[in-house]
Amino acid sequence: MNVRSMLRLAAAAVLSLAATIAAAQDAPEKIRIGYVASLSGPLAPGTLTTTVPNYRLWVKDVNDRGGLMLSKYGKRIPVELIELDDRSNIEDAVRLTERLMTSEKVDLVLAPWGTGTNLAVAPVYHKHGYPLLAVTAVNEKIPELTKRWKDVFFYLGMPSEASKALVDMLSALRQQGKIGDKVALLAVAQQFGAELIGPAKEALAAGGFDIVYEASYPVDVKDLTPQIKAAQAAAPDTFIAFSYPRDTLMLVETAQVNGFRPKVFYTAVGTAFPVFKQKFGDKAEGIFGIGGWDPTVPGAQDYFKRHVAVTGQEPDRWASPLTYASLQMLEQAIEKVGEIDREKISASLGSDTFQTIAGPIRLENNRLVKQWWVGQWQGGEFKGVAPADMPNAVPPVVD
Amino acid sequence: MLAPAAILAAAAAVAAAPMVVGSYGISVLINLLNAIVLATAWAFFSGPTRYVSLAAGAFFGTGAYAVAVLGEAIGYVPSLLAAALTGAVLAAIVGLATLRLRGMYFVIFTFGLSELVRELVNWWEFNVTHTVGRYVFLDVGEAEILWQLAALAAVLLFGWWLRDRSRIGYALEVIGADETVARQIGIGSIGLKLATFVLSSVAITLAGAILAPRWSFMDPTIAFNPTISFMTVVTALLGGMRRFWGPALGAVPLALLSDYLATTVPDYFSIVLGLAFLAIVFFVPDGLSGLLARRTGGLRPQAAGLP
Amino acid sequence: MAFADLIMTALLSGGLYALVSVGLNLQYGVARILDLAYGELMMLAAFGTFWAFTLAGLSPLLTLVLGAPVAFAFNLLLFRLVFRPLVRRSRDRASLEVNAILSTFGLVFLLQGAALALWGGSDRAYSYLAEPVTVLGSVTAANRLLALAGALVTAAAAYLVLRFTRTGRALRAIASNAASAPLVGIDVERLSGWAFAAGGLLAGVAGVLVSSFININPAIGTEYTMKALIVVTMGGIGNVLGGLLAGLALGFAETMGAAFIDPGLVTAIAFALFILVLVLRPEGLLGRRRR
Repeated sequence: MNVRSMLRLAAAAVLSLAATIAAAQDAPEKIRIGYVASLSGPLAPGTLTTTVPNYRLWVKDVNDRGGLMLSKYGKRIPVELIELDDRSNIEDAVRLTERLMTSEKVDLVLAPWGTGTNLAVAPVYHKHGYPLLAVTAVNEKIPELTKRWKDVFFYLGMPSEASKALVDMLSALRQQGKIGDKVALLAVAQQFGAELIGPAKEALAAGGFDIVYEASYPVDVKDLTPQIKAAQAAAPDTFIAFSYPRDTLMLVETAQVNGFRPKVFYTAVGTAFPVFKQKFGDKAEGIFGIGGWDPTVPGAQDYFKRHVAVTGQEPDRWASPLTYASLQMLEQAIEKVGEIDREKISASLGSDTFQTIAGPIRLENNRLVKQWWVGQWQGGEFKGVAPADMPNAVPPVVD
Repeated sequence: MLAPAAILAAAAAVAAAPMVVGSYGISVLINLLNAIVLATAWAFFSGPTRYVSLAAGAFFGTGAYAVAVLGEAIGYVPSLLAAALTGAVLAAIVGLATLRLRGMYFVIFTFGLSELVRELVNWWEFNVTHTVGRYVFLDVGEAEILWQLAALAAVLLFGWWLRDRSRIGYALEVIGADETVARQIGIGSIGLKLATFVLSSVAITLAGAILAPRWSFMDPTIAFNPTISFMTVVTALLGGMRRFWGPALGAVPLALLSDYLATTVPDYFSIVLGLAFLAIVFFVPDGLSGLLARRTGGLRPQAAGLP
Repeated sequence: MAFADLIMTALLSGGLYALVSVGLNLQYGVARILDLAYGELMMLAAFGTFWAFTLAGLSPLLTLVLGAPVAFAFNLLLFRLVFRPLVRRSRDRASLEVNAILSTFGLVFLLQGAALALWGGSDRAYSYLAEPVTVLGSVTAANRLLALAGALVTAAAAYLVLRFTRTGRALRAIASNAASAPLVGIDVERLSGWAFAAGGLLAGVAGVLVSSFININPAIGTEYTMKALIVVTMGGIGNVLGGLLAGLALGFAETMGAAFIDPGLVTAIAFALFILVLVLRPEGLLGRRRR
């Protein structure tokens, strides 16, 4: 090494040292992360089951580590969480999101809960260049939406995929001789029910299943006894209800009261919620539902314990692990970029591979393409059973 | 002639605001003007006639849903007109069926109407079109939404001011005070009430239609939100309905207060708002406009009456 | 579906409507307070029952007995603090109604906010008497049957008290003409307070009874308030028997509509019945013309 290159090296070292010192001086005291969610009103139960507990847990986890490591400043910077309540009102959600971004000028804004609210605020995130990790949004237009909004990311997938995974599982069970052809179908008359029951009927027909009963019911239904009795009278092997949390619990209780025990009993949203286990206890055993998770992924058990310890409740076994995983992705993307540069963070989120408590995740075209669609309560745990090619999928138990 | 000038000046100031305030400021103004339009339109009918209507949510939702369904197919402006027409037809049917009811019976009927329309739309979408959610991708900027709302508010306020100076305003007062008397002195009460109800409902429908492009997704639960009906009534009652500027006066503190509370005490927002409502009932009994009128020695002689 | 099942379903859902309406009938019909926070009183009772069951293993029926005096006292206090000043101030029934709408709307926020701050917003549920009982040849859940029994008992009790006791007669006098009641020596304020508190107690009873088969969260009250208002209006404001009848009629209309027309149209069918009743009998099923 000659003198000249030594000098150059020394100069570089001095410069970088100076830069580090200067940077450390103008490093922000904290990273301000906000969110607007439905902390009160009709959307609050979902928000406070799935979304908000994970936000609070993650911020605590990060701050316990000393904050997020920003290499630009060469140190960890703690996170401050700013929470706003939209009272389950969509116009308030839009306005307060705008407030966080333009008036409070927070560094990042986490996602609200629910398909409708996520889609309503997406243009605001897009306009101001904030990444939106829309975990709890399920809808059929995802491929088009990600083209429209390049900084919006989806995790839960599309209803038609849910229907396909469910019917594939039924076909496999039938091939093993465990169930017959007869299927009873129920759906809540909402966007969610409509988007699931259509593809489900097509897939069932294509698979040679026989739909012996089909009905829908309004979202504010008070009593589902008539529907359960009618389904029971049709003597199906499989009962499928594309339901929402309140009707999910009602359907299960009514079926149990009436002694309706088809070989496969499936209810949708809410089956994976802690309230389901709380209400039914051992009677939850064997019930199928939408979602599921893999508790054997490294870190998953620890996550579960921390969730209970910090928030006082168990996570939902569908979107909760993915919500936390989305935050881990955000954390890793920020630390990789090394500063709060939202454009670079979005780029990293869309292209890198991340290690999470839901396994390694790499988004394709801004969406997670493989996820759990069917879970089953087995031994007090809601285990992922389908799609069968998911890592560590357990076989469905049917007797 | 001070009033029309003031309305015009306020509308012009709001219209110019996007050049000064940022996009959150525009959002706040949109929220405020929406509340002003709803409360003013509601009181335009309910103030003089004393019918407490909880149908605001039904008409707001009808407007929003009409634009969501038709916007992309026939264009934004035609969909606004279609929304107004739908609102007018719905209001005419409802008015003919119910304006004979009084008191609580009318209140409950109008509330049920929102539920009914929501359920019928939902049933139609689920069973016939098989899509309960609608995507609203219309190229309408927030400044344009603000301008439209400002124009609508100005038209409403000016219309009410004009009505106060006409025989129609007097006739409505008589109907509100005693319908039998009104009929005996030859005031055609049903026709007049119906016309007022339709005008008020069309304005509320238009507010929903104008706001629809702000939310890229719409389903019946979002569009027909019962909170809208209640907040509209409470805003108008708070402001006072005896003067044309009363309801608008109620909208200002409510909109600002709820934003302030949502950001300062998000976890206790509901509790504080509830306490604020109770305080208002006890300390501002005749509405803000009543309070203001008393303080300034009364702008109009009949300052008493309904809050 | 079998005929017996249809009848049973109709009775149960009608009974639920009747159950939630009895208390409101006392609060609105008799005490003249249009209580929009009625459903929130139910919500508080449902939460109380849930916690007593979950934390202390207390049977909901025991909670009912222990909670009744608490609910009565709470509502009496509410009346004294909030509504008595409003009654004194209001010139006529219309202006009292406006004041009641504003103040009870505030109470809705206040009580929901308190529940949210105390217990969080996520769904709660527990399992009690989710056992089959065969009635009229139809299998029914025992907890829903209990709610039906509660409706019949509370409606009967309220009816008997109003109809056959001295206090009841005074209360009916207040309901039909509060302005003249003092002329015949009735202490309107005191009795109104009792009627309001009794109504609140019955809201609590309804909350306890429904809590075993619904999801409990701070936002559940509103829909019960509206259902109760519809039933009370349809039956005739202040008429407990009318409310029972209206509730059962709505239950039958909805069940038959769901069975023979479309389950997605039950609200529309119930509403059509509501309009029909009001067009034919503008004062409600058993209501009397006022003034």
